[in-house]
Amino acid sequence: MTVRRITPSNLARGLGAAGHGVGHWAAQRTSAIALVPLALWLVVALRSGAAADHAALTIWLGSPLNAMLMVLLLIAAFYHAALGLRVVAEDYIHSRARFLAVVLIQLACIAGATVGVVAVLLITSTS
Amino acid sequence: MTRPRPKSPNMQNYRPQLTSVMSFGHRLSGVGLSLGAFGLVLWLLAGVAGPDAFSAMHSLILSLPGRVLLFLFTLAFFYHLCNGIRHLVWDSVHGFELRSIYVGGWAVMAASLLLTIALWGWWLV
Repeated sequence: MTVRRITPSNLARGLGAAGHGVGHWAAQRTSAIALVPLALWLVVALRSGAAADHAALTIWLGSPLNAMLMVLLLIAAFYHAALGLRVVAEDYIHSRARFLAVVLIQLACIAGATVGVVAVLLITSTS
Repeated sequence: MTRPRPKSPNMQNYRPQLTSVMSFGHRLSGVGLSLGAFGLVLWLLAGVAGPDAFSAMHSLILSLPGRVLLFLFTLAFFYHLCNGIRHLVWDSVHGFELRSIYVGGWAVMAASLLLTIALWGWWLV
């Protein structure tokens, strides 16, 4: 029979930030700073009718600068969302479902960013 | 077995204040905007599918439920943007006096409302 050796440090390990919390904090702020101009760019462009119909959309994203800004926005937004949603799940879910929620959040955000970037590239190539 | 420790903050007897309500609002708007990011990807996918799918997506967005959702989305956007900047100011170790926290809080509330109204007004012009 094996003896389970549970020390206080063993119990705490893996349950929270142990030296890498600053990295999460810094990444959240870095992506936030990137999102300020990028998100404003998207709102102003959409309100100016940059994608009022399909023809306008292909012309707008056909421009390399606009396509690059859109890709940067998607990466920054989904990275920021993955970091933020993770904290929300960690704070409010107290059961074993928390682990599942955190994993699903990370996977969904990676999938969202990937699908979005590929969609931008496909729209760019059709123009 | 030790007794379960009390949890803080105890929401049943915690009086809502501007600071706590805005803090929760930042999380709520963040969750909403995350869902909006997936909506943005769906919109781009409709663009990939072609002109018919794209105009179908636009008529969905411009329907009444679509417009209400879009309005709430823009409100969440400007609130999260303004309050996020407020957070970045705090991160630079500025504005921690109680008075600055409340002045900044009300300024964020006013700015996010005004920007939302301005954006929708601009669209109607």
